[in-house]
Amino acid sequence: MTWTLVFALAGGAYAFKVLGLVVVGDRTLPAALERCLVLIPAALLAAIIVKDTFSIGQHLVVDARVAGVGAAALAAWRRAPVIAVIVIGASVTALLRLA
Amino acid sequence: MIATLRDPKLRPMISACITLGLAVGVFSISFGVAAVSAGASVFQACAMSLLVFTGASQFSAVSVIAGGGSIGSALGGALMLAARNGVFGLANSRRLTGRLPTRLLAAQLTIDESTAMCAAQQDPVAQRAAFWITGVSVYIFWNLGTLIGALAGSAINPKTFGLDAAIPSAFVAMLWPQLQTVRGRIAALLGAGICLVTLAILPIGLPVLAASLAILIGVPKSDIDQTETVATVADSGHP
Repeated sequence: MTWTLVFALAGGAYAFKVLGLVVVGDRTLPAALERCLVLIPAALLAAIIVKDTFSIGQHLVVDARVAGVGAAALAAWRRAPVIAVIVIGASVTALLRLA
Repeated sequence: MIATLRDPKLRPMISACITLGLAVGVFSISFGVAAVSAGASVFQACAMSLLVFTGASQFSAVSVIAGGGSIGSALGGALMLAARNGVFGLANSRRLTGRLPTRLLAAQLTIDESTAMCAAQQDPVAQRAAFWITGVSVYIFWNLGTLIGALAGSAINPKTFGLDAAIPSAFVAMLWPQLQTVRGRIAALLGAGICLVTLAILPIGLPVLAASLAILIGVPKSDIDQTETVATVADSGHP
């Protein structure tokens, strides 16, 4: 591990983060682009959920997480508060692993 | 901002932000341990969490180094994982307004959790509050956890408490409000589909990035969604 890696990674990671927030900023964008940007959370959150629930590295895996996140989805559908959804997802997964 | 924080309506959101920060923080204990066992000093491990502040990238870089990989390959893999924050920054630029120093600071706190929590709120004040509270909460716990792990050298296995499922569970709750429009539902389905299909084929980090292609369904105009959004907002009782 070297300082070169620490600083290069810090610079690169920050460059990505700053790109949209500062370079694009609060400029008015074409309407079609605005309609696309609104959909970013929907598309990327769904993708991250799939990755975190069904995979380990590059392998598709079905384990206790699937039941936990499934229970969380049920809770979210029943309009449970976010904090309850988190606790339900984690505890169902943990309990299944104990069993 | 302080007056905003005292608003009792925001209390459930604030406690959710802090819970999320705690859950993420437990992972950073593992990161501290992994970094030190890959040959980093305690100082380097902490600097990484303070400066990089992108969990997936940090874990990936450290595991490449631990496996004997070069700095270049560690950097390449980690940056592919960091790229999605560019897309998130773009989404946040629509919601987080402010002067340049504020934006530069907001950029450092742009991660999955803060973006998701922000997007899940209805009105602009709550959106900004959610972004900052989640960002700061995760930042504090992430760095505290890294220090603990790097010093103690032993971590709680997050899997024991199902914490590896806690984060996707939180995202499920935050995805929900995005599914109120037809386009939101299509974008989510497409994003999930792209990720699932490419998971085993593309290098780590790229499937989530590839899922951003799903937002292109926003290009054509549509009248369905406008009427539907108005109805939903009226329904929820928000102004």
